[in-house]
Amino acid sequence: MKITVFTALILTLASPTLACETVTSGEMTIENAWSRATIGANRPAVFYVAITNAGSSGDALIGIATPAASMPMLHQTVVTEDIASMPHAMSIPIAAGQSVQLAPGGYHGMLMGLTEALKVGDNFPMTLTFQNAGDITINVEVLSIRAEGPDCESDGQ
Amino acid sequence: MRLTYLQKILWAAAALASLAFGAWQFAGARAPSGVDEAPFRPTFALPDAEGQMRTPADFAGKYLLVFFGFTNCPDVCPTTLAEVAQIMDDLGAQSVEVQPLFISIDPERDRALGLAEFTAAFHPSIIGLAGEGAQTRAAANSFHIFFEREDDVTAPDGYSMSHSPALYLIGPDGDWLRQFTYGTPAAEILDDLQSRL
Ligand SMILES: [Cu+2]
Repeated sequence: MKITVFTALILTLASPTLACETVTSGEMTIENAWSRATIGANRPAVFYVAITNAGSSGDALIGIATPAASMPMLHQTVVTEDIASMPHAMSIPIAAGQSVQLAPGGYHGMLMGLTEALKVGDNFPMTLTFQNAGDITINVEVLSIRAEGPDCESDGQ
Repeated sequence: MRLTYLQKILWAAAALASLAFGAWQFAGARAPSGVDEAPFRPTFALPDAEGQMRTPADFAGKYLLVFFGFTNCPDVCPTTLAEVAQIMDDLGAQSVEVQPLFISIDPERDRALGLAEFTAAFHPSIIGLAGEGAQTRAAANSFHIFFEREDDVTAPDGYSMSHSPALYLIGPDGDWLRQFTYGTPAAEILDDLQSRL
Protein backbone atom coordinates (compact mmCIF):
# COMPACT_ATOMS: atom_id res chain seq x y z
CA MET A 1 0.00 0.00 0.00
CA LYS A 2 2.68 2.40 1.08
CA ILE A 3 4.74 1.46 -1.96
CA THR A 4 1.79 2.05 -4.30
CA VAL A 5 1.19 5.52 -2.89
CA PHE A 6 4.91 6.24 -3.10
CA THR A 7 5.07 5.05 -6.72
CA ALA A 8 2.03 7.12 -7.62
CA LEU A 9 3.67 10.13 -6.03
CA ILE A 10 6.88 9.57 -7.98
CA LEU A 11 4.89 9.21 -11.20
CA THR A 12 2.99 12.42 -10.48
CA LEU A 13 6.13 14.32 -9.69
CA ALA A 14 7.91 12.91 -12.70
CA SER A 15 5.14 13.55 -15.20
CA PRO A 16 6.16 16.97 -16.56
CA THR A 17 9.64 15.66 -17.28
CA LEU A 18 8.41 12.52 -19.01
CA ALA A 19 6.03 14.37 -21.31
CA CYS A 20 8.86 16.68 -22.21
CA GLU A 21 11.27 13.91 -23.17
CA THR A 22 13.25 14.59 -26.34
CA VAL A 23 14.57 11.79 -28.53
CA THR A 24 16.99 12.55 -31.34
CA SER A 25 18.06 10.06 -33.98
CA GLY A 26 20.22 11.36 -36.81
CA GLU A 27 18.54 14.52 -38.10
CA MET A 28 15.15 13.69 -36.62
CA THR A 29 14.04 14.98 -33.23
CA ILE A 30 10.79 13.94 -31.59
CA GLU A 31 9.48 15.44 -28.37
CA ASN A 32 6.46 16.35 -26.24
CA ALA A 33 4.71 13.03 -26.77
CA TRP A 34 1.42 12.91 -24.90
CA SER A 35 -1.98 11.30 -24.81
CA ARG A 36 -5.27 11.78 -22.99
CA ALA A 37 -6.65 9.52 -20.29
CA THR A 38 -9.48 7.29 -21.55
CA ILE A 39 -12.71 6.08 -19.99
CA GLY A 40 -12.27 2.33 -20.11
CA ALA A 41 -10.56 0.60 -23.02
CA ASN A 42 -13.42 0.54 -25.53
CA ARG A 43 -12.96 3.99 -27.01
CA PRO A 44 -9.91 4.96 -29.06
CA ALA A 45 -7.16 7.00 -27.44
CA VAL A 46 -5.11 9.71 -29.07
CA PHE A 47 -1.40 10.35 -29.59
CA TYR A 48 0.25 13.73 -30.09
CA VAL A 49 3.92 14.57 -30.68
CA ALA A 50 6.22 17.19 -32.20
CA ILE A 51 8.64 16.13 -34.95
CA THR A 52 11.53 18.18 -36.30
CA ASN A 53 13.56 17.26 -39.34
CA ALA A 54 16.90 19.11 -39.16
CA GLY A 55 18.19 17.34 -42.26
CA SER A 56 18.49 18.65 -45.79
CA SER A 57 16.12 16.14 -47.33
CA GLY A 58 12.47 15.52 -46.73
CA ASP A 59 11.13 12.54 -44.82
CA ALA A 60 7.72 11.22 -43.87
CA LEU A 61 6.08 9.57 -40.88
CA ILE A 62 4.53 6.43 -42.30
CA GLY A 63 3.38 4.48 -39.26
CA ILE A 64 3.16 4.14 -35.50
CA ALA A 65 3.24 1.10 -33.23
CA THR A 66 2.75 0.62 -29.51
CA PRO A 67 2.08 -2.18 -27.06
CA ALA A 68 -0.74 0.02 -25.67
CA ALA A 69 -3.00 -0.53 -28.70
CA SER A 70 -3.50 -3.26 -31.28
CA MET A 71 -4.56 -0.90 -34.07
CA PRO A 72 -2.76 2.43 -33.97
CA MET A 73 -3.22 4.57 -37.03
CA LEU A 74 -2.33 8.01 -38.32
CA HIS A 75 -5.29 10.33 -38.81
CA GLN A 76 -5.80 13.88 -39.88
CA THR A 77 -8.70 15.93 -38.55
CA VAL A 78 -9.93 18.13 -41.35
CA VAL A 79 -12.09 21.05 -40.27
CA THR A 80 -13.74 23.03 -43.02
CA GLU A 81 -16.20 25.84 -42.29
CA ASP A 82 -18.98 23.62 -41.08
CA ILE A 83 -17.74 20.08 -40.87
CA ALA A 84 -15.03 18.07 -39.15
CA SER A 85 -13.93 14.61 -40.22
CA MET A 86 -10.82 12.55 -39.56
CA PRO A 87 -9.61 10.55 -42.52
CA HIS A 88 -6.73 8.08 -42.34
CA ALA A 89 -3.39 9.75 -43.21
CA MET A 90 -1.25 7.37 -45.27
CA SER A 91 1.87 9.36 -44.48
CA ILE A 92 2.70 12.69 -42.89
CA PRO A 93 5.37 14.63 -44.78
CA ILE A 94 8.17 16.14 -42.67
CA ALA A 95 9.94 18.54 -45.02
CA ALA A 96 13.66 19.32 -44.69
CA GLY A 97 14.29 21.83 -41.92
CA GLN A 98 10.64 21.79 -40.83
CA SER A 99 8.68 20.87 -37.70
CA VAL A 100 5.35 19.10 -37.82
CA GLN A 101 2.99 18.83 -34.87
CA LEU A 102 0.61 16.03 -34.24
CA ALA A 103 -1.72 18.22 -32.17
CA PRO A 104 -5.42 18.65 -31.29
CA GLY A 105 -7.51 19.46 -34.35
CA GLY A 106 -4.91 18.26 -36.86
CA TYR A 107 -2.72 15.22 -37.37
CA HIS A 108 -3.00 12.68 -34.56
CA GLY A 109 -2.34 9.07 -33.81
CA MET A 110 -5.62 7.22 -33.30
CA LEU A 111 -5.06 4.35 -30.87
CA MET A 112 -7.74 1.75 -31.47
CA GLY A 113 -7.91 -1.60 -29.73
CA LEU A 114 -6.49 -0.36 -26.43
CA THR A 115 -4.83 -3.03 -24.33
CA GLU A 116 -6.16 -1.32 -21.21
CA ALA A 117 -7.57 2.03 -20.14
CA LEU A 118 -5.07 4.89 -20.08
CA LYS A 119 -4.86 6.64 -16.74
CA VAL A 120 -3.36 9.99 -15.86
CA GLY A 121 0.32 9.50 -15.01
CA ASP A 122 0.67 6.31 -17.06
CA ASN A 123 3.22 6.26 -19.82
CA PHE A 124 3.77 3.90 -22.72
CA PRO A 125 6.32 3.58 -25.55
CA MET A 126 5.43 4.60 -29.09
CA THR A 127 7.57 3.68 -32.07
CA LEU A 128 7.37 6.09 -34.99
CA THR A 129 8.39 4.73 -38.38
CA PHE A 130 9.85 7.19 -40.87
CA GLN A 131 10.39 6.53 -44.54
CA ASN A 132 14.09 7.42 -44.33
CA ALA A 133 15.00 7.83 -40.66
CA GLY A 134 13.59 4.42 -39.75
CA ASP A 135 12.17 3.64 -36.31
CA ILE A 136 12.36 6.03 -33.35
CA THR A 137 10.77 5.21 -29.99
CA ILE A 138 9.56 7.75 -27.44
CA ASN A 139 7.73 7.57 -24.12
CA VAL A 140 4.19 8.92 -24.21
CA GLU A 141 2.83 10.59 -21.10
CA VAL A 142 -0.87 10.21 -20.33
CA LEU A 143 -2.37 13.55 -19.29
CA SER A 144 -5.88 14.41 -18.12
CA ILE A 145 -8.79 13.95 -20.53
CA ARG A 146 -9.14 17.74 -20.25
CA ALA A 147 -5.48 18.44 -21.13
CA GLU A 148 -4.69 20.62 -24.12
CA GLY A 149 -1.00 19.75 -24.15
CA PRO A 150 2.01 19.18 -21.92
CA ASP A 151 3.68 22.01 -20.05
CA CYS A 152 7.12 22.01 -21.62
CA GLU A 153 9.88 24.56 -21.99
CA SER A 154 9.96 24.23 -25.76
CA ASP A 155 7.00 25.31 -27.88
CA GLY A 156 6.09 21.70 -28.58
CA GLN A 157 2.38 22.34 -28.37
CA MET B 1 -64.56 50.51 -56.89
CA ARG B 2 -64.46 49.33 -53.34
CA LEU B 3 -63.63 45.82 -54.42
CA THR B 4 -60.69 47.02 -56.48
CA TYR B 5 -59.39 48.86 -53.44
CA LEU B 6 -59.71 45.72 -51.31
CA GLN B 7 -58.03 43.68 -54.05
CA LYS B 8 -55.14 46.09 -54.07
CA ILE B 9 -54.72 45.70 -50.33
CA LEU B 10 -54.89 41.93 -50.62
CA TRP B 11 -52.34 41.90 -53.38
CA ALA B 12 -50.05 44.17 -51.38
CA ALA B 13 -50.44 41.96 -48.32
CA ALA B 14 -49.68 38.87 -50.37
CA ALA B 15 -46.61 40.49 -51.86
CA LEU B 16 -45.42 41.56 -48.40
CA ALA B 17 -46.01 38.10 -47.00
CA SER B 18 -44.05 36.41 -49.73
CA LEU B 19 -41.23 38.93 -49.30
CA ALA B 20 -41.19 38.29 -45.55
CA PHE B 21 -41.27 34.56 -46.14
CA GLY B 22 -38.35 34.84 -48.55
CA ALA B 23 -36.39 36.95 -46.07
CA TRP B 24 -37.15 34.51 -43.27
CA GLN B 25 -36.01 31.56 -45.39
CA PHE B 26 -32.88 33.41 -46.43
CA ALA B 27 -32.03 34.33 -42.83
CA GLY B 28 -32.72 30.77 -41.71
CA ALA B 29 -30.55 29.18 -44.36
CA ARG B 30 -27.72 31.59 -43.69
CA ALA B 31 -27.86 31.53 -39.93
CA PRO B 32 -25.16 28.99 -38.98
CA SER B 33 -22.29 30.57 -40.88
CA GLY B 34 -22.91 34.31 -40.54
CA VAL B 35 -22.80 36.55 -37.50
CA ASP B 36 -25.75 38.95 -37.55
CA GLU B 37 -28.79 36.87 -38.36
CA ALA B 38 -32.45 37.11 -37.57
CA PRO B 39 -33.08 35.04 -34.42
CA PHE B 40 -34.44 31.54 -34.67
CA ARG B 41 -35.21 29.00 -32.01
CA PRO B 42 -33.53 25.63 -32.37
CA THR B 43 -35.35 22.84 -30.64
CA PHE B 44 -34.83 19.25 -29.57
CA ALA B 45 -36.57 16.47 -27.71
CA LEU B 46 -33.95 13.94 -26.65
CA PRO B 47 -33.46 11.60 -23.70
CA ASP B 48 -30.57 12.19 -21.31
CA ALA B 49 -28.37 9.37 -19.99
CA GLU B 50 -31.09 8.39 -17.47
CA GLY B 51 -33.71 8.21 -20.21
CA GLN B 52 -35.51 11.37 -19.13
CA MET B 53 -36.79 13.38 -22.11
CA ARG B 54 -35.25 16.86 -22.33
CA THR B 55 -36.45 19.83 -24.36
CA PRO B 56 -35.38 23.51 -24.42
CA ALA B 57 -38.27 24.27 -22.02
CA ASP B 58 -36.36 22.38 -19.27
CA PHE B 59 -33.59 24.96 -19.49
CA ALA B 60 -35.67 28.14 -19.91
CA GLY B 61 -33.92 31.12 -18.32
CA LYS B 62 -30.45 29.67 -18.85
CA TYR B 63 -27.91 30.11 -21.58
CA LEU B 64 -27.23 26.87 -23.42
CA LEU B 65 -23.82 25.89 -24.79
CA VAL B 66 -24.59 23.13 -27.26
CA PHE B 67 -22.08 20.80 -28.88
CA PHE B 68 -22.88 17.96 -31.29
CA GLY B 69 -20.41 15.09 -31.24
CA PHE B 70 -19.79 11.45 -30.49
CA THR B 71 -17.90 9.81 -27.66
CA ASN B 72 -15.66 7.71 -29.94
CA CYS B 73 -13.98 10.90 -31.10
CA PRO B 74 -10.62 11.28 -29.34
CA ASP B 75 -9.40 14.46 -31.04
CA VAL B 76 -11.99 17.16 -31.80
CA CYS B 77 -14.60 16.29 -29.17
CA PRO B 78 -12.33 16.28 -26.07
CA THR B 79 -10.77 19.54 -27.20
CA THR B 80 -14.12 21.33 -27.28
CA LEU B 81 -15.51 19.65 -24.16
CA ALA B 82 -12.32 20.50 -22.26
CA GLU B 83 -12.87 24.13 -23.25
CA VAL B 84 -16.47 23.99 -22.08
CA ALA B 85 -15.28 22.51 -18.77
CA GLN B 86 -12.73 25.29 -18.37
CA ILE B 87 -15.37 27.93 -19.12
CA MET B 88 -17.74 26.46 -16.51
CA ASP B 89 -14.94 26.46 -13.92
CA ASP B 90 -13.95 30.02 -14.77
CA LEU B 91 -17.54 31.30 -14.61
CA GLY B 92 -17.58 30.49 -10.90
CA ALA B 93 -20.90 31.43 -9.30
CA GLN B 94 -22.30 32.58 -12.65
CA SER B 95 -22.02 29.06 -14.03
CA VAL B 96 -25.52 28.32 -12.67
CA GLU B 97 -26.85 30.48 -15.51
CA VAL B 98 -25.18 28.34 -18.18
CA GLN B 99 -26.09 24.78 -19.16
CA PRO B 100 -23.70 22.87 -21.42
CA LEU B 101 -25.32 20.15 -23.57
CA PHE B 102 -23.57 17.39 -25.50
CA ILE B 103 -25.88 16.02 -28.20
CA SER B 104 -24.77 12.66 -29.54
CA ILE B 105 -24.88 12.23 -33.30
CA ASP B 106 -23.94 8.56 -32.80
CA PRO B 107 -26.57 7.81 -30.15
CA GLU B 108 -26.84 4.04 -30.34
CA ARG B 109 -23.12 3.41 -29.88
CA ASP B 110 -22.78 6.22 -27.33
CA ARG B 111 -25.55 4.82 -25.16
CA ALA B 112 -23.82 1.42 -25.28
CA LEU B 113 -20.41 2.90 -24.41
CA GLY B 114 -21.80 5.11 -21.65
CA LEU B 115 -22.81 8.71 -22.16
CA ALA B 116 -22.89 9.93 -18.55
CA GLU B 117 -19.38 8.79 -17.65
CA PHE B 118 -18.07 10.47 -20.79
CA THR B 119 -19.58 13.91 -20.07
CA ALA B 120 -18.76 13.61 -16.35
CA ALA B 121 -15.10 13.03 -17.17
CA PHE B 122 -15.00 16.59 -18.48
CA HIS B 123 -17.38 18.41 -16.16
CA PRO B 124 -20.26 17.39 -13.89
CA SER B 125 -22.43 20.17 -15.30
CA ILE B 126 -22.46 18.80 -18.86
CA ILE B 127 -25.66 16.93 -19.77
CA GLY B 128 -25.37 14.35 -22.53
CA LEU B 129 -28.39 13.70 -24.77
CA ALA B 130 -28.75 10.67 -27.03
CA GLY B 131 -32.02 9.92 -28.79
CA GLU B 132 -33.19 7.79 -31.66
CA GLY B 133 -32.04 8.44 -35.21
CA ALA B 134 -35.04 10.55 -36.21
CA GLN B 135 -34.95 12.64 -33.01
CA THR B 136 -31.24 13.27 -33.54
CA ARG B 137 -31.72 14.27 -37.16
CA ALA B 138 -34.57 16.62 -36.18
CA ALA B 139 -32.42 18.30 -33.51
CA ALA B 140 -29.52 18.75 -35.93
CA ASN B 141 -31.83 20.17 -38.60
CA SER B 142 -33.27 22.67 -36.18
CA PHE B 143 -29.74 23.87 -35.36
CA HIS B 144 -29.05 23.91 -39.12
CA ILE B 145 -26.10 21.60 -38.65
CA PHE B 146 -24.83 18.68 -40.63
CA PHE B 147 -23.62 15.24 -39.67
CA GLU B 148 -23.18 11.97 -41.46
CA ARG B 149 -21.97 8.47 -40.94
CA GLU B 150 -18.97 7.55 -43.06
CA ASP B 151 -18.15 3.93 -43.69
CA ASP B 152 -14.48 3.37 -42.96
CA VAL B 153 -13.10 -0.14 -42.65
CA THR B 154 -10.17 1.15 -40.61
CA ALA B 155 -12.40 2.84 -37.98
CA PRO B 156 -13.79 1.17 -34.85
CA ASP B 157 -16.98 -0.78 -35.82
CA GLY B 158 -16.30 0.09 -39.46
CA TYR B 159 -17.56 3.66 -39.42
CA SER B 160 -16.79 7.16 -38.28
CA MET B 161 -18.90 10.28 -37.98
CA SER B 162 -18.28 13.64 -39.59
CA HIS B 163 -20.05 16.54 -37.96
CA SER B 164 -20.19 20.28 -37.37
CA PRO B 165 -17.60 20.93 -34.67
CA ALA B 166 -18.84 24.36 -33.57
CA LEU B 167 -20.26 25.33 -30.19
CA TYR B 168 -23.72 26.95 -30.27
CA LEU B 169 -24.96 29.56 -27.82
CA ILE B 170 -28.69 29.71 -27.14
CA GLY B 171 -30.18 32.53 -25.06
CA PRO B 172 -32.38 32.26 -21.95
CA ASP B 173 -35.51 32.74 -24.12
CA GLY B 174 -34.45 29.98 -26.50
CA ASP B 175 -33.18 32.22 -29.30
CA TRP B 176 -30.11 31.13 -31.22
CA LEU B 177 -27.48 33.77 -30.39
CA ARG B 178 -24.27 32.77 -32.11
CA GLN B 179 -21.79 30.00 -32.77
CA PHE B 180 -18.16 29.70 -31.77
CA THR B 181 -16.18 28.00 -34.52
CA TYR B 182 -13.95 25.06 -33.62
CA GLY B 183 -10.74 26.28 -32.00
CA THR B 184 -12.16 29.51 -30.54
CA PRO B 185 -10.08 30.01 -27.36
CA ALA B 186 -11.95 29.30 -24.12
CA ALA B 187 -11.06 32.79 -22.86
CA GLU B 188 -12.89 34.37 -25.81
CA ILE B 189 -16.04 32.34 -25.17
CA LEU B 190 -15.79 33.17 -21.47
CA ASP B 191 -15.59 36.90 -22.26
CA ASP B 192 -18.63 36.67 -24.52
CA LEU B 193 -20.64 34.84 -21.85
CA GLN B 194 -19.60 37.18 -19.06
CA SER B 195 -20.67 40.19 -21.13
CA ARG B 196 -24.19 38.68 -21.32
CA LEU B 197 -24.59 37.45 -17.73
CU1 LIG C 1 -8.78 10.01 -35.38
